[in-house]
Amino acid sequence: MTALREIEFRDALREAMSEEMRRDKRVMLMGEEVAQYNGAYKVSRGMLEEFGPRRVIDTPISESGFAGMAIGAAMMGLKPVVEFMSWSFSLVAADPILNNAPKMLYMSGGQFGCSVVFRGNDGAGGQLGSTHSWCVEGLYSNVPGIKIAIPSNPYDAKGLLKTSIRGSDPVFFLESERMLGNKGHVPEEEYLIPFGQAAVVREGTDCTLASWGRPVHFCMEAAEELQKQGISCEVIDLRTVRPLDVGTVVRSVRKTSACVVVDQSWSFGSPGSELASQVHRHCFDDLDNYVHRVHSADVPTPYATNLEQEYLPNARKIVEAVRSATYNL
Amino acid sequence: MTTLPPSVPPALAATEVHAKVFGATEHLAPVASKVDVPVERMKQWLRDMLLIREFEVRCTQAYQEKKIGGFCHVYIGQEAVAVGCTAAVEHRDPIVTAYRDHGHALARGMDPKYCMAEMFGRIGGCAKGKGGSMHMFDRDNNLFGGHGIVGAQTPLGAGLAFACKYMDEVMDGKPSSRVVLCFLGDGALNQGAFHEALNLAGLFDLPVIYVVENNGYSMGTAIARGTTMAHSLVTKAAGYGIDGYVIDGMDVVDVYAEMKRVADRCRATSRPAFVDMRTYRYKGHSMSDPRKYRTKEEEEVFEAEDPIGKLQRRLQAAGQLGDEEFKVMQKAVRDQVRESVAWSDASPQPPMEELFTDVYLEPWGPYTGSTQPAMNGGTVNPAGFKTIDTKEELS
Repeated sequence: MTALREIEFRDALREAMSEEMRRDKRVMLMGEEVAQYNGAYKVSRGMLEEFGPRRVIDTPISESGFAGMAIGAAMMGLKPVVEFMSWSFSLVAADPILNNAPKMLYMSGGQFGCSVVFRGNDGAGGQLGSTHSWCVEGLYSNVPGIKIAIPSNPYDAKGLLKTSIRGSDPVFFLESERMLGNKGHVPEEEYLIPFGQAAVVREGTDCTLASWGRPVHFCMEAAEELQKQGISCEVIDLRTVRPLDVGTVVRSVRKTSACVVVDQSWSFGSPGSELASQVHRHCFDDLDNYVHRVHSADVPTPYATNLEQEYLPNARKIVEAVRSATYNL
Repeated sequence: MTTLPPSVPPALAATEVHAKVFGATEHLAPVASKVDVPVERMKQWLRDMLLIREFEVRCTQAYQEKKIGGFCHVYIGQEAVAVGCTAAVEHRDPIVTAYRDHGHALARGMDPKYCMAEMFGRIGGCAKGKGGSMHMFDRDNNLFGGHGIVGAQTPLGAGLAFACKYMDEVMDGKPSSRVVLCFLGDGALNQGAFHEALNLAGLFDLPVIYVVENNGYSMGTAIARGTTMAHSLVTKAAGYGIDGYVIDGMDVVDVYAEMKRVADRCRATSRPAFVDMRTYRYKGHSMSDPRKYRTKEEEEVFEAEDPIGKLQRRLQAAGQLGDEEFKVMQKAVRDQVRESVAWSDASPQPPMEELFTDVYLEPWGPYTGSTQPAMNGGTVNPAGFKTIDTKEELS
């Protein structure tokens, strides 16, 4: 048996973009340092060489300008992929990405869609301080007209990014600086992963853990620990939060009767609060306890390592939440 | 071709008023007498301007009758800008503009009934009643909106130009062939998005013309109270390496002649341009503006330069437009607008299904908060991953 091919998260992202650019000339990449510098995080390494400066474009530090420019280009029929070095920087582009991209189709009565993908690092990167550690899904998942993918592993990253680029709607694609070096199996052959389909990444019987993006790994860590304590967790990776695959979580909760939602964004009005509400709605008679939630602490992201670790929805907090949800305190 | 007598330069008092509004000491030399434009073409422009004027008058009336809701900004006084600029480019050249957009839509060729019905919130509107007065879109006429947030359309204009050039040069291997007209008000000059857009347009050699419809006021704020270098806006463009032009926006022939030159150059060099288009809105910023921030005398000076009256008088002085012919023209326009109102009155409101359409091209909604939206597509998963079929109905 030959070993499965393993590549880094960043390589999976690059393969997705490069394959789609080879397939469709309307696809191009723009962003800060994506070309000559090979990407601030080396996601686009080698792409300038392959596709040239007309299709891999260095932009100045001008998020509002180049985000709006990409949306205008998408209205004409191009399919731009825009890299935000960090989603934290997307805040200065809020008007184009929230007011233009998601609303263009509706306001034009269906005449102008925006096939554009915005992608980049989201969430705490490691001692970056509050302004650079945004989990923008807390803000942006509120907006109709966009789709949001938050992959947790290289396989999903590639399949979801290809789906994002090939689709016709605006997509916010949220990666994590902390995961770009993570290795995982990615087959040589082409595949796509549809939006709105969660993956059960660990089967279990006592409690459902529902999460997306980097915290899925915290959940797996917690599930491992809880197994030693005799509590069996089913871990579900939602993979996209718009659309949100409530069905997979509901079916799991009907089996386990307990649910903990883990979301790295702040708790107030978040994708996590939405999922918890949905689980309550659909599993009212199945739950043995209310749906517990683990989020980042409701404070600006701190710099000090100990504070930042405690701020995040870490494995310890998840273990505590599962023990509480399953009356094992 | 007919050579027309030149328009009369404004008297001294008018020049002073111009200087007060635009902070400028020079006045623009009329160029119209130097260009040859077929009389029939000029008559078409006169008709187009009359149509916009009549449309906006009826629009104001309909607003007062509460047939139109929300915010509504009329174009009265600025007609020569939209008509002259669209005449100077080709129909395939994209146009994008701000919220005072009815004039651009009509000048671009939108049937007034679709424009009026949009404001009435009817299914017959250009965006099925889902956009409203500030958001006129028309794919067939290459009108990429009406945009409600001041300055938001300026990066979009750069993007339209980027795509035009990319499609021609990168995808088709041909020279860049289109130019984009991106209109903005003088108030947008103070938005960050505008400066980012100009920098990008200059940097990437994008064939986009930023036409500043400088009517001297951003809502109630006189330009010099909100904008540095108000007396010389072209210096802003110069800072981005972009050629700037000052054009008298109250004379449609001047607008056409100068804009033709700018557009031809922009197309040939595939470079951006910036135009300080001096104009004046005769009405308030929106329907609720009593215009307390300017004097009657000032308004009268600009009313004396009415672009419609100006062209009408010049055609008449040249013996090219009879009184009877002008009356027929006016009546035809009045009838057309009256029909557009009647058509809009008769057009039904959008059916309730429209609430949920046009949110996504690949839909997964409607998302009501308590139902599971259906998704299309199959499943491909890595070894060891298990996906549960989500298509099953949830109770």
